[in-house]
Amino acid sequence: MLKINNLHAEIEGKKILNGINLEVKPGEVHAIMGPNGAGKSTLSSVLAGRADYTVTEGSVELDGKDLLEMAPEDRAREGVFLAFQYPVEIPGVSNTNFLKTAVNEKRKYQGLEPMEATDFLKLMREKMELVEMDKSLTSRSLNEGFSGGEKKRNEIFQMAMLEPRLGILDETDSGLDIDALRLVSNGVNKLRSDKNAFIVITHYQRLLDYIVPDFVHVLYKGRIVKSGDANLAKELEEKGYDWIKAEVAASI
Amino acid sequence: MSEETDIIDQVVSQEYKYGFTTDIEMETAPKGLNEDIVRFISSRKNEPEWMLEYRLKAYRHWLTLSEPEWQNFSYPKINYQDIIYYAAPKEKKKLNSLDEVDPELLKTFEKLGISLAEQKRLSGVAVDAVFDSVSIATTFKEQLKEKGVIFCAISEALQEHPELVKQYMGSVVPYTDNYFAALNAAVFSDGSFVYIPKGVRCPMELSTYFRINAENTGQFERTLIIADDNSYVSYLEGCTAPMRDENQLHAAVVELIAMEGAEIKYSTVQNWYPGDKDGKGGIYNFVTKRGSCEGKNAKISWTQVETGSAITWKYPSCILKGEGSVGEFFSVAVTNNAQVADTGTKMIHIGKNTRSRIVSKGISAGKSHNTYRGLVKVAKKADGVRNYTQCDSMLIGSHCGAHTFPYIEIANQSAVVEHEASTSKIGEDQIFYCNQRGIGTEEAISLIVNGFCREVLNQLPMEFAVEAQKLLAVSLEGSVG
Repeated sequence: MLKINNLHAEIEGKKILNGINLEVKPGEVHAIMGPNGAGKSTLSSVLAGRADYTVTEGSVELDGKDLLEMAPEDRAREGVFLAFQYPVEIPGVSNTNFLKTAVNEKRKYQGLEPMEATDFLKLMREKMELVEMDKSLTSRSLNEGFSGGEKKRNEIFQMAMLEPRLGILDETDSGLDIDALRLVSNGVNKLRSDKNAFIVITHYQRLLDYIVPDFVHVLYKGRIVKSGDANLAKELEEKGYDWIKAEVAASI
Repeated sequence: MSEETDIIDQVVSQEYKYGFTTDIEMETAPKGLNEDIVRFISSRKNEPEWMLEYRLKAYRHWLTLSEPEWQNFSYPKINYQDIIYYAAPKEKKKLNSLDEVDPELLKTFEKLGISLAEQKRLSGVAVDAVFDSVSIATTFKEQLKEKGVIFCAISEALQEHPELVKQYMGSVVPYTDNYFAALNAAVFSDGSFVYIPKGVRCPMELSTYFRINAENTGQFERTLIIADDNSYVSYLEGCTAPMRDENQLHAAVVELIAMEGAEIKYSTVQNWYPGDKDGKGGIYNFVTKRGSCEGKNAKISWTQVETGSAITWKYPSCILKGEGSVGEFFSVAVTNNAQVADTGTKMIHIGKNTRSRIVSKGISAGKSHNTYRGLVKVAKKADGVRNYTQCDSMLIGSHCGAHTFPYIEIANQSAVVEHEASTSKIGEDQIFYCNQRGIGTEEAISLIVNGFCREVLNQLPMEFAVEAQKLLAVSLEGSVG
């Protein structure tokens, strides 16, 4: 469903991605790991369509459609969901109102009528239960005054509400304690199906104990330099990234 | 960013949908201002002698004044001899009911979304419709009368209840107050009059809709609201004007009087024509609004949503005389393109244990400037005063300005006065976050701005809160930073 082909991207003239190739099929979970500055968050930003980044070469297709041609909101409506590393706060806008707008904008795009208020509330309740979301968080202003853990759980809750085709988790584990990590991971696992796929970006192997990936890719200097299964993540945890850096250096 | 410029360009293309004119036969006074014009207006209204005397005193006082210059903006000098001070649709005879109102006028208000046919009105809202210098119709008068509530045009009140008008007019805003108040006292033409008797809770929202139509005219309305002991009234004004290349002056005076235990809630949704993208045309909205809490535990609450006018210059204020009385000011001021707003409030604490609360939200886009100016004053004998002020500014784009001038004068040490202020820019991060959830940029701005103003919008009567939200969205259409 997602095909990334030779993707190059830069920000303010600085090259960050240097030819990424990746294919993600429905039902799969791909983990992307790598040292700081490897381009992990850039990849998620480029896929979501953040305007600061310029794609200089390559292509990205989602279900056969050219993703890079689409505005960020259309990418979202086509089913790309990015769980942000640093979710923003929007004062005065309740979580419920925000999600209602988001859900109905997506429905409009699909040619559907807005959801009835009672149906919407029912859906909220179901999904809240699914991801074990605290009820009080939905009536509060979007992410305002939320703790780091609450913000991340809210991202997963939003993901559950919007039922994306492709979920991208950008360092969702950063800043989480072990309990919050378990809750967030459980939420993601419940959302996994053979119709959707996930890209899990993380610095640490820890998250992958909970969300077990089908593939692990190591990103370094803007390219995927090594791919493997879940065992690769364990190897990285033990040995760090230096041996990969050495391998790359040796191959040049 | 290029995207930002694109969007700021789009702002400019937004349209003002109330800009049409009504073609109707008018009676107008000759251009210019002198004692004869003052006499002309007074005689057209068939006013008692004392009213004419008052007007003439005000006019003579006005001649001794010069225009104030302390504001945070400049505007071309107004030529007061180039304004028509009285313009009214020609009446064939005295109207006895709504059915006799010129259908052209009814259509005009219909088009503005104000139906004067009572059965079509939102239930629970009575309307006084003011067209240029005169009141066209007041709905639900009979139903209100049963409760003893008087709601009519001020010209009518001068005929029917002269003693009330004489007692209170100028008691809160004397004609000596300022340049524009003096001008208004001399030439005011119409406006609304409200009296709520003791112990009565007004059974419906009262509303006045002001429409400027005629060219080269100024609108000088005067509103007087008196809430007797332990009464309650909620009043709303709305306003629009046609698109014209010339600036038009709107210099109104509003006086509120709340007796012991009475509460007046005054809401404004101001949408005068703001001028075009380069600042050509538009209304100068120079208004004096003030309320006095005369009795113990009285309460006056101003809520305003200001989106229109080329220049808005006004400070709805509260004089808190009665012990334990309360003043509130909730404001949203939106400026776009070349618009200017210099607005805020004055809370004058005279009585003991008086309290006030100020919540001001300024949103600036385009090349506009938005100023909050406020005064909190505590008199020497006013023990136990409390004030809380919160001023938030939001900037959209990088060519606009937000300014805050809070003045605090305290002569009593027991006062607790708090002031909080913030300035924020609609962040690209916030917009991108919304985009990533499938929410387009326009919708995202509307969502963020409405969230920013929520505290104030919550103060509006239900029927108007929705209108106001839409108005905010329209005013900022396309403005992304």
